[in-house]
Amino acid sequence: MSFSARVTQAIKGAALMDFVGAFGLAMKYMVRPKATVLYPFERGPQSPRFRGEHALRRYPNGEERCIACKLCEAICPAQAITIEAEPRADGSRRTTRYDIDMVKCIYCGLCQEACPVDAIVEGPNTEFAVETREELYYDKARLLDNGDRWERLIAKNMELDAPYR
Amino acid sequence: MTSTALDFWATPLGWSLITVGQILLVTVVLLLSVAFQIYGDRKIFAGVQMRKGPNVVGPFGLLQSFADLGKFVVKELVIPAGADKAVFLLAPLISVTLALGSWAVMPFGPGWIVSNINVGVLYLFALSSLGVYGIIMGGWASNSKYAFLGSLRSAAQMVSYEVSIGFVVITVILLAGSMNLQQIVESQSGGFWNWYMFGGGLANWPILLVTFPMGVIFFISGLAETNRPPFDLPEAESELVAGYAVEYGSTPYLLFYLAEMSNILLMSMLFAILFLGGWQAPFPTPFTADWAPTAVSLFAFMWLFLKTIFVFFMNAMVRAIVPRYRYDQLMRLGWKVFLPTSLVAVVLIAAWRVFGPQA
Repeated sequence: MSFSARVTQAIKGAALMDFVGAFGLAMKYMVRPKATVLYPFERGPQSPRFRGEHALRRYPNGEERCIACKLCEAICPAQAITIEAEPRADGSRRTTRYDIDMVKCIYCGLCQEACPVDAIVEGPNTEFAVETREELYYDKARLLDNGDRWERLIAKNMELDAPYR
Repeated sequence: MTSTALDFWATPLGWSLITVGQILLVTVVLLLSVAFQIYGDRKIFAGVQMRKGPNVVGPFGLLQSFADLGKFVVKELVIPAGADKAVFLLAPLISVTLALGSWAVMPFGPGWIVSNINVGVLYLFALSSLGVYGIIMGGWASNSKYAFLGSLRSAAQMVSYEVSIGFVVITVILLAGSMNLQQIVESQSGGFWNWYMFGGGLANWPILLVTFPMGVIFFISGLAETNRPPFDLPEAESELVAGYAVEYGSTPYLLFYLAEMSNILLMSMLFAILFLGGWQAPFPTPFTADWAPTAVSLFAFMWLFLKTIFVFFMNAMVRAIVPRYRYDQLMRLGWKVFLPTSLVAVVLIAAWRVFGPQA
């Protein structure tokens, strides 16, 4: 560093010029609206494509959509999905077992993309923390129950996202 | 009041009762101030980062510190294996005793002082030097390398900056001609141009160039002395977790924290007393001549309160906007910048006192 630059820096440092500038900036930010979101009462925006907790959907007449094609099981990169299927009494092919290991799942969304009947979807829910690991091994009943619980939001999100599919 | 009552307050017992009452009053008000000081500190820090800060406990989160107090007190006291139990528990007690003891000589208003000793400045120095022991003992007794490193850093830092603080205070003592804090405040009466930050009187205008930087140096050294950011290396959350306090929890940690915060308040008030005229109003106050003595004292205390708040606000802003110093930068600033500068200032001001217009 040249001598004059050193002298300039020393004078600037002694006059606390950096500090004064930072002080002004800090005061400016202090009077700005706060960025805080009071989480349980307020929430940030969420995209319709958000990939949260899984759900198995039903048709409006109550029939489950899943036809046990096992495409989701095949594509799942984490191998989190386990499906077993048998023909039902009326001859239609349905799952007898549909398990998702939510601990293995990486929430990539490939299962819902692979599904030909929009049966397995990732809903908007993020609040499914539990106290034991076992509770995160979701079975078919739990997934269908999720589907019934979140159907309105899931349907709305799919409708919003439909033009881009 | 009857004459017998007057006699009672003049006896040693009565005098002791009055002193104990004064000590209790100062301590209780101080503890309350520290509670709201912590709240203010957090709010300012949050405000600069566009956060809301504590806002849940009580209106606007005002009771947050009291909730924290309750949390600390009900927590389990853990003494680490291999720790020196006696020293481990003694360290926070020493810290908090010294921190509260310093308030005995602070002048809060005309005549509002617990102990008006004539070497108040020296007393403050003695106590703040002893304050290192609490931290060293805490760090050593924890039997943890992080705590030990934190306490070593803290000792080196506090010793380094005490030297420059000492020289800065000597400039004020030279100008005031007294080491009694009450007299130092009284010698700055009449208006803000008589404050030692601004040279101490219009006749002293040339030494404004010396006293103003001295005030800034005192402020910065005060930050280092109280382990405040940007000099919070003893705590250094990122490497040493919490420095000397890493093994502490529950009430002992509360005591350390209390000592630290009360020292910060002490430094803010000391800055106000030494450089900003203490309880003197920033303009001449002839209109208080016919006021009741209590009203005059309250009026004076209000000014000290406002000045202390202002200095503390600057303190909190520094914490929010200045990045932490590296350890060698800290030492360089203390020994190679502040020490020579304050030494030269002492010489200059001494020369001004001897050869200047007041000589």
